[in-house]
Formats: sequence, C-alpha cells, structure tokens
Amino acid sequence: MSALLLVLRAGVRDLTRNRWLLAYGFALAAIAEALFFFGGTGNQVVLSLLNATLLLVPLVALVFGTMHVYASREFIELLLTQPLPRPAVFAGLFLGLALPLAGAFLAGVGLPLLVHGSAGDAPRLALLFLAGGGVALSVAFAALAMAIALGTDDRLRGMATALGAWFLFTIVYDGAVLAGVAAFAEWPLERALLGAMLANPVDIVRVLVVGALDASALLGYTGALFRRAFGGLAGPAIGLAALGAWCALPMLLARRRFLRRDF
Amino acid sequence: MITLEDIRKSYGRRTVLDGVSLALRPGRVTALVGPNGSGKTTLVKLVLGLARVDAGRVLLAGAPVDAEGRYRARIGYAPQAPRFPDNLAVGEVVAMLRALRPGAATDETLIAEFGLFDEWQAPVGTLSGGWRQKLSSACAFLFSPDVLMLDEPTAGLDPVASGTLKAAVRRAREQGRTVLISSHILPELEELADDVAFLCEGRLRFGGSVKALLKHTGALRLEPAIAALLAA
Repeated sequence: MSALLLVLRAGVRDLTRNRWLLAYGFALAAIAEALFFFGGTGNQVVLSLLNATLLLVPLVALVFGTMHVYASREFIELLLTQPLPRPAVFAGLFLGLALPLAGAFLAGVGLPLLVHGSAGDAPRLALLFLAGGGVALSVAFAALAMAIALGTDDRLRGMATALGAWFLFTIVYDGAVLAGVAAFAEWPLERALLGAMLANPVDIVRVLVVGALDASALLGYTGALFRRAFGGLAGPAIGLAALGAWCALPMLLARRRFLRRDF
Repeated sequence: MITLEDIRKSYGRRTVLDGVSLALRPGRVTALVGPNGSGKTTLVKLVLGLARVDAGRVLLAGAPVDAEGRYRARIGYAPQAPRFPDNLAVGEVVAMLRALRPGAATDETLIAEFGLFDEWQAPVGTLSGGWRQKLSSACAFLFSPDVLMLDEPTAGLDPVASGTLKAAVRRAREQGRTVLISSHILPELEELADDVAFLCEGRLRFGGSVKALLKHTGALRLEPAIAALLAA
C-alpha cells in the first residue's frame, strides 16, 4: 500500500471514531428526521436541508478542520520524519480530513432521505445537487481550513480566521452583494453578479439546488440571472466546474504551504 | 555519521542557528545542551528535514541528505512532546509505522520492555503522557536505525521506564549507532553522554568529549561544567 493510502487510512480510522464528527453526522440526521416528522414533504424538506447544509457544513469543516490540523501537528511531524515524500503525506492528511467530513455529511443527510424514500416528489436532480454540493462544500472548506492552519502557528489567530471565513462566505457575502446591487442600481451588473455568485461556493450550491427544484421564486436575483444567462445544461455544468475549482484552489494553497513550511 | 557544516537558520529576523558545525560520531552518545531558545530543537529538526537550512549542509555518512527524505529511513526520532491520533490504538500506530517502511527489519525489544503489548488495543487518547513517551521512544527504536535523535526522552517517564530507556541507549551505542540526546536533565546526560555539544544563542560554544569539557572548565561534573560555559 502506498504512503498516501497508509496516511489516509490512519486519518480515516482516527476521524471515523471521533465523537465530534459522529455528533455532527447525528445532528444532520436529527435535523432531516425532524423535518420529515413535522410534516415536510418534497421541496420543503430539500429546501430546509439546503439551508442547514449551507450554514452547518462550512462551519463544521472550517472549525473542525482547523482544530484538527493544529491538534495533529506532532503527528504530522512524526510522519515527516519517516522516509516519505511530503506531497504524499499532504495528500494522505488532506483526504484523511476531507473524506470523513464528507462521509459524515452524506450519512447524516442521505440516510434519512433513503429511509423516507428520497423526499417524496422532490426532483432527483435537486437531491443529487444537495448531496454533491454538501460533499463539495465539505472538501472545499476542509481545504481552506488546512490552508489557514498551515499559514499561521498562532492557534487563536487561525481559529479567528476560520470563523471569519465562515462569517464572510455564509452571512456577509450576500449582504455585500445586495448592498452593491442597491448602490449601483443604474449600472449593468449582470456579469459582475454572475462572477460574484461563482466566487462563493455557498452561493453556487444554493443556486444549483434551488434551480433544480420547481421553486424559481426562491432563486433570488443572482439565481435568476444565472438561469437566464446559462439555461439548459450549461448552468449546472458551469456551477459544478466552479465548485470543482473551489475544491482545488484552497487545496493547492494548503499543499503549497505544507510543502514549503518548516515544522 | 552525521555532519553539520556551517548551518545557518533564521525564523524571520530572528537568527536561531548561526554557523553551527558539528559531527555526530558512530558508537557515541552526544548530549545536545544549552539554555532555552538556544537552537537545540531547530538543529534536530534540520537534521530530520522538518525544517530547511538557510545555508550550510547536513551530511549523512558523508553524503548530503536528499530532499526526497529517503535518508530518514536510517534515523529514529523521539520528539519532546509526542502526540499520536487520539482514536488510534497503540497497535495501530506501530502497524502504520511498520507499513510505511515495508521490508524493514523491526526490533520490538523496547515495546516489550515498556509493557506496551499490554496496552496494544488501547486508544492513544486514553494513555497518560508517560505512556505516550514510552510509545514514542519505542517507535524511535523500532527499525534499529543507524542514528537515534531523542529530544528530552525521559521527560514524563517513571524511574523504571527511564532506566529501561537508558539501557536501550547504551545498547545502541555498543552496536555502533549514533545517538543524539537533547535534554536539560544533566545528571542523566552525564550517565550516558560521551560527547557534548553546547549551544548558546545559536552558536556552538563547545563541541567535544565530556572529558575534554571537564578539563576545559576545570569542573568535576557535567552540571558545573555547563554552568561555567554559560557564565563565560
């Protein structure tokens, strides 16, 4: 077995037994069960799960990921004193963090959906985008967490940066975009707004899932623009490509920091 | 076995090592001593490749260490504050290290002597600091490496375990291996060390045998000899 797979296996074994990650999976499952229990069906459940996903997944991936990297510092040093190339150690560590996070999300959201027969009349594509979007957010924000933790040895600063990133992507960003729209209402903003949407993975997942539902009223301004600009298959394809970039770019930043830094 | 040639290392504006040259010889135990912040841990990390030198060279058996890190197969390292993934069992940690070096012969003497087989199934997170230190030391000795680098190896160990570790260090010396111990516990070093490397403010203030140090300072024991170096 390669060094990458051995490091990955150790990470997965460690985190699948981690009580906080288990609690995260159970919390997502409890939310989904509660939505079904209180009479939600189809689109309602998917939309409520989407809102929970967009808030919780980045928060858990950023906070848990940052704390995990700091707590693993000595283990990382142990691995780096073995005759292994740094890129393989990084890949194993990154996947060993991202895969359990994504797995906890899939188990927490997916199992209740399977038990209740998907979500009634909700389109399969919306469920697929919800599941895939949650996985992509787990991976992207786990990568961002690694990049943050590898960028500073000051744990307090690292945690503050992680929380700040969550606040920015999930809360501040949409407000800032709306403020921009209000301030420059006279200007043609379509392209800028599409760019702004693609620059935030949380927005991309929201637009993909809502766009696949029969709920155009919930798309919002950017979502409606997105549908108008990229109708048919082009919209989802561009959204998925942007999500892929959002997984790759923070990962490449974290990798660069890992390969260059002193431990 | 290990030679450091004019090593320089800075973190930002702070110079941690400034032109350190040192030879660690086979069949000898070298004590790396110095006040806090003198650059001991940085020196160890540079040899291990955890940090990179700004200038100078690290040679292993006469050859510069490679960036790929293959040379580390010949080094065993026990850090000052060992930590392993909390939810892995002791046996899983050892099995992982074995799997990372396929085909390498292993020596489980220290694992047995420390009684780690009794804790084989225990998650590392449930172990005390002393048991983690035992696991860390046992891992450093696991592959019978040519070079052992031990950072405060007896910190947190009970007297019996400390004696076991010291006996293992003596065996390693008799087998012709190179041992570097970084520690503040000078009486312990006096029991084990053949050579002393004294670092102060990033510079090597003394490098030579314990006998030469005692002669140089006129002291009878290592502790007053180090104190004399510090006062100089």
